[in-house]
Amino acid sequence: MRLIAQRLVKKITSNKRALLLGYVLLFVALAVLPFLLSNTVGRTWVRILDFALIYAMLALGLNIVVGFAGLLDLGYIAFYAVGAYTWALLASPQFGLHLPFWVILPIGAGVAALFGVLLGAPTLRLRGDYLAIVTLGFGEIIRIFLNNLDHPVNVTNGPIGINKIDPISIGGADLTRTHEWLGISFSGVHIYYYLLLALLIFTIVMCVRLENSRIGRAWLAIREDELAAQAMGINTRNIKLLAFALGATFGGVAGGLFASLQGFVSPESFGLLESIMVLCMVVLGGMGHVYGVLLGALLLSVLPEILRSTASPIQQAVFGDVYIDPEALRMLLFGLALIVVMLVRPAGLWPAPRRRAMLDQDVGRD
Amino acid sequence: MALLNLREINKKFGGIHALNNVSLTIGAGEIYGLIGPNGAGKTTLFNVITGVYLPSSGDVEFNGRSIIGRKPYQVAMTGIARTFQNIRLFQNMTVLDNVMIGTHAKTSAGPFGAIFNTKSTRSEERLIRSQSRDWLDYVGISSQTDYLAKNLSYGDQRRLEIARALATRPKLLALDEPAAGMNATETDELKLLIQRIRTDGVSILLIEHDVKLIMNLCDRVAVLDYGQKIAEDIPSLVRQDPKVIQAYLGGDLP
Repeated sequence: MRLIAQRLVKKITSNKRALLLGYVLLFVALAVLPFLLSNTVGRTWVRILDFALIYAMLALGLNIVVGFAGLLDLGYIAFYAVGAYTWALLASPQFGLHLPFWVILPIGAGVAALFGVLLGAPTLRLRGDYLAIVTLGFGEIIRIFLNNLDHPVNVTNGPIGINKIDPISIGGADLTRTHEWLGISFSGVHIYYYLLLALLIFTIVMCVRLENSRIGRAWLAIREDELAAQAMGINTRNIKLLAFALGATFGGVAGGLFASLQGFVSPESFGLLESIMVLCMVVLGGMGHVYGVLLGALLLSVLPEILRSTASPIQQAVFGDVYIDPEALRMLLFGLALIVVMLVRPAGLWPAPRRRAMLDQDVGRD
Repeated sequence: MALLNLREINKKFGGIHALNNVSLTIGAGEIYGLIGPNGAGKTTLFNVITGVYLPSSGDVEFNGRSIIGRKPYQVAMTGIARTFQNIRLFQNMTVLDNVMIGTHAKTSAGPFGAIFNTKSTRSEERLIRSQSRDWLDYVGISSQTDYLAKNLSYGDQRRLEIARALATRPKLLALDEPAAGMNATETDELKLLIQRIRTDGVSILLIEHDVKLIMNLCDRVAVLDYGQKIAEDIPSLVRQDPKVIQAYLGGDLP
């Protein structure tokens, strides 16, 4: 079965025209997807898709740190928070600033990268569990700061959060409102979908290119054996900081887009559970494999929503009453799914070819 | 001309005097052997040379410049490459990838070059790939390019470590027990490889337990015992040195 699938994939990928056709079909499918969703199951699902795309971007950023460089970061959500709050502060009535998105986006990315280096610098000597604990603390520190920076000077508005954040607007056109182009009506979530999709594709291209570059190899070398990496002339300090900074940049951009889509940010969106969730996307999908991580992110952000919307009606239909709260069921099934995946596919759902080769070769040896 | 010059190196770990006033000189184009009983301080000296340890006192000069206090990656960039006693390959990467990492020191592409896939990055990448294949060919494992490093045979892993070290373009190649665990045939092949590397202009520092290999291969040999250099000369003389015999066989001299 698997062999047939592999042959089929090989046949398609070796044929340039078939490959091109495949890309065109994928592109068309992605382009009509939001309309398909909003006309069948409702516009909420396009919004869910938007968030899935943001999570995918976030997971790809974390994958650089955890998957490529092998640095277990449990406070990654802090960079998401930094990006979101940077956007919120620079484009909301909070300070009366309303900068355009093309100014805020690079600022947000830069500030997040700076925080990435700030976290990275003191933790350079740490690895594994110790690094995880320090980064976990860092994530909490950022959240607690956001929660308490409403006095003595009100910066973040504390636990209330910042409201009325500007949406992205191009040429005075607010992208969260409905627009009509070429006779088709695009609502805000649709426009954001295309925007996020474009950014995600850009992110994927960046990740794949980085992985297969001199820098990417240096990250993998550090993950495999830090001392040997140094003996190869790799400046492990700088290369690690680069991983932290680049990962944080992706997180910061994702955070900014989140703030502008949501129109509201508060510290409770950036708790430890969110960090763990993003880490789960990376691990479940296939640590170090860009497409695997993408799959993990999409699954873990869409499946719970499907469950949320079906758990109550199904119980109602079968038992005539709702016995288990969908939210509780969600966590239960989520935990179960993680355990099953780790037992059955320890390298993730879609591991990197390298890791798969490793498992296959191991099997071949036995 | 002296390529590597160690002057009165001392290294103490707490109360243990691991290296005691060790001085030695390795000339350009030389194969220099370092032997001694277990725990004599060979690997410690190795780690001092390659920047892993900072000596308690003394100086390491390479190519006429002091390299004391330089980090391991800086030492690697100045031209000292090493292999490890207990092989330290990038296990879950392919054989080719391992050697490609070795080129890191002498290449320069950064993250932006990679992200925008610039012309210079692409041509550098092609160069890295072809050079790495050449190195695999050089050590004789080019048929295993796409295997994972950890699935190679023991002898081939040693060869891969040498290829990876050579890819850093060193002037001095420091080999820490390269023949450990090899059979007689593999050791003979290793000997030929080391001689070829020297012929191609790289000096070699060799730590080894295989005395036969050392005696056959090295121009000069130093013997360490309890952190002190007790002998240094051409192999045939070192072999007859009473202090060396005592260190290896123990007990008083008759």
